[in-house]
Amino acid sequence: MVFGLANPDRFMRFTRPLMPVVWALAVVLLLAGTWLSFTAPEDYQQLDTVRIMFVHVPAAWLGLFAYVALGVSSFFALVFRHPLADAAARAAALPGAVFTALALATGSLWGKPMWGAWWVWDARLTSVVVLFLFYVAYMALRAAIDDEQKAARAAAVLGLVGLVNLPIVKFSVDWWNTLHQPASLLRAEGPSMTAAHLAPLLVMGLAYTVLFTALWLTDIRTEVRRRRVLSLRARAVQEA
Amino acid sequence: MTALRALLKRELSLAWGGGGGPLLACGFFLALTAIVPLAAGGDPRVLQPVAGGIAWVALALASLLSLERLFERDFEDGALDLLALGPLPLEAVFAVKALAQWLAIGLPLALAAPVAAIALGADPGQAPLILGSALLGSLGFAFTGALGAALALGSKRGGLLIAVVVLPLLIPPVIFGAGALEQALTGLSPWPALALLGAYALFAAALSPVAGAAAVRNAQG
Repeated sequence: MVFGLANPDRFMRFTRPLMPVVWALAVVLLLAGTWLSFTAPEDYQQLDTVRIMFVHVPAAWLGLFAYVALGVSSFFALVFRHPLADAAARAAALPGAVFTALALATGSLWGKPMWGAWWVWDARLTSVVVLFLFYVAYMALRAAIDDEQKAARAAAVLGLVGLVNLPIVKFSVDWWNTLHQPASLLRAEGPSMTAAHLAPLLVMGLAYTVLFTALWLTDIRTEVRRRRVLSLRARAVQEA
Repeated sequence: MTALRALLKRELSLAWGGGGGPLLACGFFLALTAIVPLAAGGDPRVLQPVAGGIAWVALALASLLSLERLFERDFEDGALDLLALGPLPLEAVFAVKALAQWLAIGLPLALAAPVAAIALGADPGQAPLILGSALLGSLGFAFTGALGAALALGSKRGGLLIAVVVLPLLIPPVIFGAGALEQALTGLSPWPALALLGAYALFAAALSPVAGAAAVRNAQG
């Protein structure tokens, strides 16, 4: 099934009717999630700032998920040399970087009133920064090489290296954090979640996932079309 | 075997020749060390706790130097194509180049690391530990850095691109290396951190030739 869709033609035909559905679903879920986020009761400790979590947590999830998508796509692009896998890796990079940056920005906004600091060198925060750096490196490498195919393969190698390295970085940063005395402020985190807060979080998580899927598929489809235009143009030049 | 030795000799003389690459790297390393007290103030109470950490940051940055030269020059003048046609697989060529990078740049930097750390106020008794961890760490830096240099082949903005690609990958060895020093300072055994550092260096030495050779082949097209 998945391998059948590796054929760009079949992929285009299969996803064409899906696109409006996925986009509509993303919009509906985002609206519902936003509604739920604003109508959820205040947290007794975090007060209104708990609402930031409904943006922050799904963004962090998707930041990580997009990197896994990027790495796995890179693997398929390298091993099976399939152009669609390469388009998938490329398409995952920018949304992933934006989700990661959103997680960092909202986390910082939440940290100021809750922890009293915009930034704390906690293991989780640090690993997310490194994840963001991985995205930056991937996009920088891809943009720096002119030959598209070479850029794609070099970026795929880096994506795969990053996928192998991410757990190592995560482990080392956790190890580093237990070495340093953890900030005592961090323990002031709220109690485990109540149902009233879990519902908006889950809806938002689903909304972000569908939104990422929509962005991802749209970008892959655009890339397939762009390549088609390029080859048509090349043929027209040849015939002229 | 002869081919390996000849290549290693060539790489080492290339690194040493023409302006003394290792001396330049050590000069950069010491300049970085000297700029820290100027920026943060010369108070020993400020510098002493971070001396080992700063030495590690300087080591990581200085290891980035001359990475651009590692493949780019050979790629441009066609030497890399000859090496690819030669008896050695590209994986071996990559490994020898990274090893030469460690011998020519990493070793001198590792020797300079204890000096820099002590100048910043680290306990002189820590010198052997700093030297040992820097030796292991620079081995990991050399192989990871060579991978970054191979990936950036054919791009127009070599140096800065290599730094952006490589620095995130250097985070684990910096953590383990600086962690070993910190654990020794707090009276704990530095061995777990050193073991992790060694594991990272071996991991990089084993895996980066495969990825690096793939990157070189791709650039040669």
